[in-house]
Amino acid sequence: MQVEEGHGETTVVVDTPRLVDAALHLRDELGFNFLSDVAATDYLGWGAKGVSGYIGTRGGRDLNEPATQGHQRLPQQKPSRFSVCYHLLGMKAGAPRVRLQAWIDDGEHVPSLVGVWPTADWHEREAFDLMGIRFDGHPNQRRILMDDDWEGHPLRKDYPIGGEPVRFSGEE
Amino acid sequence: MAVAPERPRIYEGTRIPSPTPSVLEVREDLRNSEDVLTVNFGPNHPSTHGVLRLVVDLHGEEVVGLAAVVGYLHTGFEKNMEQKSWWKAITYAPRIDYLSYQNNELVFVLAVEKLLAIEVPSRATWMRMLLAELNRIHSHLVWLGTAALELGAISMFWYCFRERDRILDLFELVAGFRMHTRYFQVGGLAEDVPPGFWDECAKFVEVMPKAIDDYEALVDRSEIWLERTQGIGLLSADDAIALGQSGPVLRGSGVDWDLRRAQPYLAYDQVDFRVPVYDEGDVYARYRVRMEEMRESVKIVDQAMRRMPGGPWIADDRKVVLPPREELHTSMESLIHHFKIVTEGFRVPEGEVYVTVESPRGELGCYVVSDGGPKPWRVKFRAPSFVALEATATCMSNALIADMIAIVGSLDTVMGEVDR
Repeated sequence: MQVEEGHGETTVVVDTPRLVDAALHLRDELGFNFLSDVAATDYLGWGAKGVSGYIGTRGGRDLNEPATQGHQRLPQQKPSRFSVCYHLLGMKAGAPRVRLQAWIDDGEHVPSLVGVWPTADWHEREAFDLMGIRFDGHPNQRRILMDDDWEGHPLRKDYPIGGEPVRFSGEE
Repeated sequence: MAVAPERPRIYEGTRIPSPTPSVLEVREDLRNSEDVLTVNFGPNHPSTHGVLRLVVDLHGEEVVGLAAVVGYLHTGFEKNMEQKSWWKAITYAPRIDYLSYQNNELVFVLAVEKLLAIEVPSRATWMRMLLAELNRIHSHLVWLGTAALELGAISMFWYCFRERDRILDLFELVAGFRMHTRYFQVGGLAEDVPPGFWDECAKFVEVMPKAIDDYEALVDRSEIWLERTQGIGLLSADDAIALGQSGPVLRGSGVDWDLRRAQPYLAYDQVDFRVPVYDEGDVYARYRVRMEEMRESVKIVDQAMRRMPGGPWIADDRKVVLPPREELHTSMESLIHHFKIVTEGFRVPEGEVYVTVESPRGELGCYVVSDGGPKPWRVKFRAPSFVALEATATCMSNALIADMIAIVGSLDTVMGEVDR
């Protein structure tokens, strides 16, 4: 377990096997009784985009890249491809907030927190649908925003933008 | 007036369905019964506030099973925002929730400002608060009009839209647009407030409390309205918190929680307002909370208008904020700044933040990740409507099909925000 501070916010990074224990501790011992949000992020290609600015990036210099600004410095490396963030709120004086964060690679699973906060139900379905993260023990792990037979997970960084065939109802 | 029957007390224990909290499953003894009829309610139905589909199992008039199906309005706002510069991404935020656009715009702009650690002039802060409160009234008016319409109070709709139009006129005065104003910039406001605004706003503040009296006179003593809202759609305080409910739904269940007071942002700690709370946890309680919130919002608008500070309306940071228009003719440096911000956008320091505001529907959150470049790496909205729909199954125990309309209406969901 590791605690990070940044931009005035606290992030608690835990290993995935201990996620449920950490969540129960935060809820019962420290009073974070409200799960506000579950946000998954894909860090594929983080800091590696080729840009033509004067400041270097891992991808090198590419004059044909339309966005011409490079990074002032390379962003800090991330431990794995995906992060899953649980934004918690304590409903008491001062409204303390904490971000519970787990890191996983493609294909790895995260334990479901539906048993801790029932509201995690749809949030985890959304993370599965759009980011392809599987939650072990989720009672209803299905797509929620996309069609049931949709292929791929649209918010992943390797999901193609544009050029997707649009299905019309009259088309066979 | 007949004596209204006593309202049922809020239940003990929990009613959240298990194992799936958002799906009400048919009872064992009815599971294979021929009397149970499965009906598709929506996605296109006048009372679903957009395109919500409810798969309902009916046993006569009684709702014995329910599952909400969403996603029909998914447009990929979050993915789109990753492709735009920070400056252009602001345009997307208001379109997510088309009734409380300024709150959505506000939360995104606040998140970017938090990453940039930029200081916003007090005039911009107060004006943002004023507009956010006008927007809250606007959103509640549309809710009241349509929710009452669904229960048969047709005239309410016309009354509510009369005042709603006045608010849209005010937005048009300020921003040039009636909806999706995109008036908040990173660092402040897009333009100063036009002088004619204050007179119109003062007229509105005078008219609005009387209009709310009108609405209450229309429904508050209507026996049909009371019958159809009191004791319907019960949700206890513990269940509401466990289900992540926020805003009027949470306060209608007896939880005294409002982010404007608990975690003050903008200038909410400097204005005087009350947070209405009702303990009954039914549709009527949610209605009462929204009515009183409108009155409180009028008070905040009034205070903000009287105490509006002068001075600049946007921060003086040339790396982020567009230079004044007139400087472009005389200053080469301003022209370069303008060109750089418009073509490439400004850079936002690396990091991740989660910012929340109290939107008309509850806790609206925005999680933003920046890699230090000119575009957001990830934008995620915590949509209060999305979470509110998770409570439908819990509210619906022992409900009749007609109650379902009242219950779904009382959760005040905007499908654009649910599906994003």
